[in-house]
Amino acid sequence: MRVLKFLLQKEFRQIFRDPSIFRVLFIAPIVQLLILPLAANYQIKNINLAVVDHDHSQYSQILINKIVSSGYFRLTDYSATFPLALQSVELDKSDLILEIPEHFQKDLVKDNKANLFVAANAINGIKAGLGAAYIQQIIQNYNQTVRMKWIQFPRFSPQPTIDVEYSDWYNPNMNYPFFMVPGILVMLITIIGSNFAALNIVKEKELGTIEQINVSPIKKTYFILGKLIPFWILALVVLTAGLIIARLVYNIIPVGHYITIYIFSAIYLLAILGLGLLMSTYAQTQQQSFLVAFFVIMIFNLMSGLFTPIESMPHWAQVITWFNPVSYFIEVMRMAILKGSGLADIKNQIFAIIGFAIFFNGWAILNYRKRS
Amino acid sequence: MNQFFIFVKKEWLHIWRDRRTLFILIWMPIVQIILYGFALTNEVKNAEIAVFDQSNDVATTTIINEINASRYFKVIKNLHSYKEIGATFRQGKIRLAVVFPPNFQDNLLQKNYAQIQLIADASDPNTANTLTNYATAIIHDYQQSLNQNKDLPYTITTNLRMLYNPELKSSYSFVPGVMALVLMLVCAMMTSIAIVREKELGTMEVILVSPLKPFRIIIAKTIPYLAVSIFNIACILLLSVYVLNVPINGSLVLLVSESILFTITALAIGILISNGAKTQQSAMFTSLLSLFLPTLLFSGFLFPIESMPWPLQLISNIVPAKWYYIIVESVMIKGLGFWAVWKETLILVVMTLVLLGISIRNFKIRLA
Repeated sequence: MRVLKFLLQKEFRQIFRDPSIFRVLFIAPIVQLLILPLAANYQIKNINLAVVDHDHSQYSQILINKIVSSGYFRLTDYSATFPLALQSVELDKSDLILEIPEHFQKDLVKDNKANLFVAANAINGIKAGLGAAYIQQIIQNYNQTVRMKWIQFPRFSPQPTIDVEYSDWYNPNMNYPFFMVPGILVMLITIIGSNFAALNIVKEKELGTIEQINVSPIKKTYFILGKLIPFWILALVVLTAGLIIARLVYNIIPVGHYITIYIFSAIYLLAILGLGLLMSTYAQTQQQSFLVAFFVIMIFNLMSGLFTPIESMPHWAQVITWFNPVSYFIEVMRMAILKGSGLADIKNQIFAIIGFAIFFNGWAILNYRKRS
Repeated sequence: MNQFFIFVKKEWLHIWRDRRTLFILIWMPIVQIILYGFALTNEVKNAEIAVFDQSNDVATTTIINEINASRYFKVIKNLHSYKEIGATFRQGKIRLAVVFPPNFQDNLLQKNYAQIQLIADASDPNTANTLTNYATAIIHDYQQSLNQNKDLPYTITTNLRMLYNPELKSSYSFVPGVMALVLMLVCAMMTSIAIVREKELGTMEVILVSPLKPFRIIIAKTIPYLAVSIFNIACILLLSVYVLNVPINGSLVLLVSESILFTITALAIGILISNGAKTQQSAMFTSLLSLFLPTLLFSGFLFPIESMPWPLQLISNIVPAKWYYIIVESVMIKGLGFWAVWKETLILVVMTLVLLGISIRNFKIRLA
């Protein structure tokens, strides 16, 4: 145990005496937590709309006003012809074109039906899909008002109507940072923890100081523990800072207990630091180690459900996410913070992450050789 | 000039002999394209949902079957009480619960009015919105099928056309994004690390006393990474055309030249970072935090820039990847010519010249 104490003392001194490490460890995550959730906003608003109105009637004017006043759209282009509007889409000035044909009002009132034409820039599929859905909804509503004006509906609905009622649980104001902040916190802790661990042993290798440790009586397990514990503590401190920011800046007060979050985080960090150390034992240079860590962590983050939902993935990709510790942590953080899930609700995830921790650390200890 | 090529060769051997790094440099873009192309999608499908059916009649069963048959939903659980809804949400199993009140069919057919409640897990607001929209559409279709023969008067039909990407595949926006990301990573990060490593290991001193001009030394260091990047661009384009079926609608020559321009921008940033950094660790983290994340966030391929608060929209303008992304999107997907992207090209050229100017001015011939 005394050996371990000295090792820890050495590691902590190395960390605290290198101001650049300290900067990266604390300032960077805090700045990111302040900026990322604002930037990582999927909410689609301010869709730029180009209108081609061939009708110039009262009806077409009312429709355009309705669309613009809905708050989702911004009228950026009012062209005389469709090709001109298309050009504004090509130059990214507008995202959606609404074309109102000639005699729109006449057709609607006299012939009982009229056509509208909507074209969306679909390179970003989700934006196009939502934009089209919004505009169709507004057109439907408008259609309903027109109908009400011309027909006297009987008091009781003549046809079966199903009324759909909506409840949005856990986040009724549809606040996007509520969803992103816990996930981004996970991403930051993962990047920081794994990269530092991955660079640590390799730095001693590259600078040659590992020789001194290899000729000392330090046991392999102690050596790995000595590398693991300082970053484990620091990562928990970063997590705490992150949770405080989430609370003060984004007003995210966990519905569940902080204890749940900390218990899971503590085990998770063992796993992810173990992974970093494992990569470190294989690499020869810091560049190599950093690149491998970056590559692995990037895949982990992409496949974690942070930016895109896991259920939408094809089956083979979902199977990959079972072997991805980050996906468990993101799921647990969102469950505990937003829905108030307790330890009993997340027991499967806890077992999985304990498995990862044992696996990565065990492998790292086995693979660390004192001989070069 | 001969000396210069010897230096290029030296740098090339550094990369070539470090097989692990080379392996990742080659595979990273390929894996990214495959993940983005096949695994990651913003689309919502196969969302797992639960049903709380208090009527159990023909109407509710038909609706449930139709919901289950659509590619958006998978009914995985039948609930038997309101309490169970919360518990299932907390276990993280479902995204949406559909609640039918008692006597649904009787109400629908006799009183012509019935209710359905959709409870969404709105902790993810976008998915919740999308799912309720889909479910409502399915329920309305069912309602429509009940009054099939009655034509509604005064109907506006909206004809919808999706331009450029009719199947709404996410790879159309991901491919240009991955190109920006990979080029930034390979060029800027790798160059900055390569230069700083020589400082940290002390070999920089040997190079600095050589007869070659410092400016040439730096250029020699970047050329091998330029070569790797061009190879990466080729891989990405081949994969996207032949594997992901994302076409190159515009001129290939224009696309490649713009990519080389962006590569040079990235290399200039790499040199600039290496000027400031003393250790490889700080070079890595500076590149990671100042390049990788801004590229991911502000290029506009994951998150729409126009939804961001205005200070961030302002910041996005100094991120080179944003301009490159617009160029690739316009040339590759929309098939436009140089007339459409000359402004963005000009911005990139100016950025590159400024960055190169600063980094060459600041390059120190003396150590410490």
